[in-house]
Amino acid sequence: MKVAVVTFPGSNCDYDLYKAAQQVGADASFVWHRESGLTDFDAILLPGGFSYGDYLRPGAIARMSPVMEDVVQFAERGGPVLGICNGFQVLCEAGLLPGALVRNDSLKFRSHDVRLRVERTDTLFTSDYEQGQVLRIPIAHGDGNFEADEETLQALESDGRVVFRYVDQDGEATDRSNPNGSWHNIAGIVNERGNVLGMMPHPERAMEEILGSTDGVGLFTSMVASLTPSHSNP
Amino acid sequence: MKHFRLEVRVTPRPGLLDPQGKAIHHSLNSLGWTGVHDVRVGKAIYLDLEAESEEAAVGEADAMCRKLLANPVTEDFEVSVVGVLEGAGS
Repeated sequence: MKVAVVTFPGSNCDYDLYKAAQQVGADASFVWHRESGLTDFDAILLPGGFSYGDYLRPGAIARMSPVMEDVVQFAERGGPVLGICNGFQVLCEAGLLPGALVRNDSLKFRSHDVRLRVERTDTLFTSDYEQGQVLRIPIAHGDGNFEADEETLQALESDGRVVFRYVDQDGEATDRSNPNGSWHNIAGIVNERGNVLGMMPHPERAMEEILGSTDGVGLFTSMVASLTPSHSNP
Repeated sequence: MKHFRLEVRVTPRPGLLDPQGKAIHHSLNSLGWTGVHDVRVGKAIYLDLEAESEEAAVGEADAMCRKLLANPVTEDFEVSVVGVLEGAGS
């Protein structure tokens, strides 16, 4: 499985993502944001960071990068795209995912572990998790407050497109366990077709016991499993 | 061609939580300005651009807002002409 890790000026989790992909056996390569021709890849990963210094709005300038035209086309063909943190913000700005990520309600940059509940295991990103499983994965963001208009939010819930939710240790989605004010504790969503996932927490930083958690591994092994030839459906 | 100076005001949509506005509101109240009932924080972007007419200049800025300067999910925008420099820069 060949995966592309797109690097924008200001990306800072690109190497972590690259390593995470390699760890689960994927053949990862970096793609600079000015490049085009992403046809060679089985999946595209958009890393966290502060592309273009978060100027104007997080992700707003990166979304205009030449590579994003290819990312949009790849996603529209059904190719799997994963955006983490700033990558999630870029996907929303690009219109590949609904809604927007605005300033945390606390106005603080939050950098700590959170608990996430897996809401769906029938996506190509979460098949190796258990339904309702509670993961421990770090967040590190100042603009992770997921907002959308009422109609969009209701549709996300009724269509079951919320994949991860911030919860407490018991798996309950409480206000206290919500680190940024996101509506309904939303931490990650998929598009209608299910091939584009955006999430604020960093699974690529939860890949090794020595770093405190291996709960991120399942996300990458799920992707590999869904994309290896014996599983793939054209 | 004329040069126009435009002001684009981008503000959080009504109903959307504006944590910055809330923090400033709180601070103003605690400084004694208790009559302040609400604060919203947006940004102002100034554009100098060349166009045939005022309408054309505003039309272009409007397109820029839709494409880049504002996020329609969370922000409203307003464009106004704040200066005209006839024949400048030619």
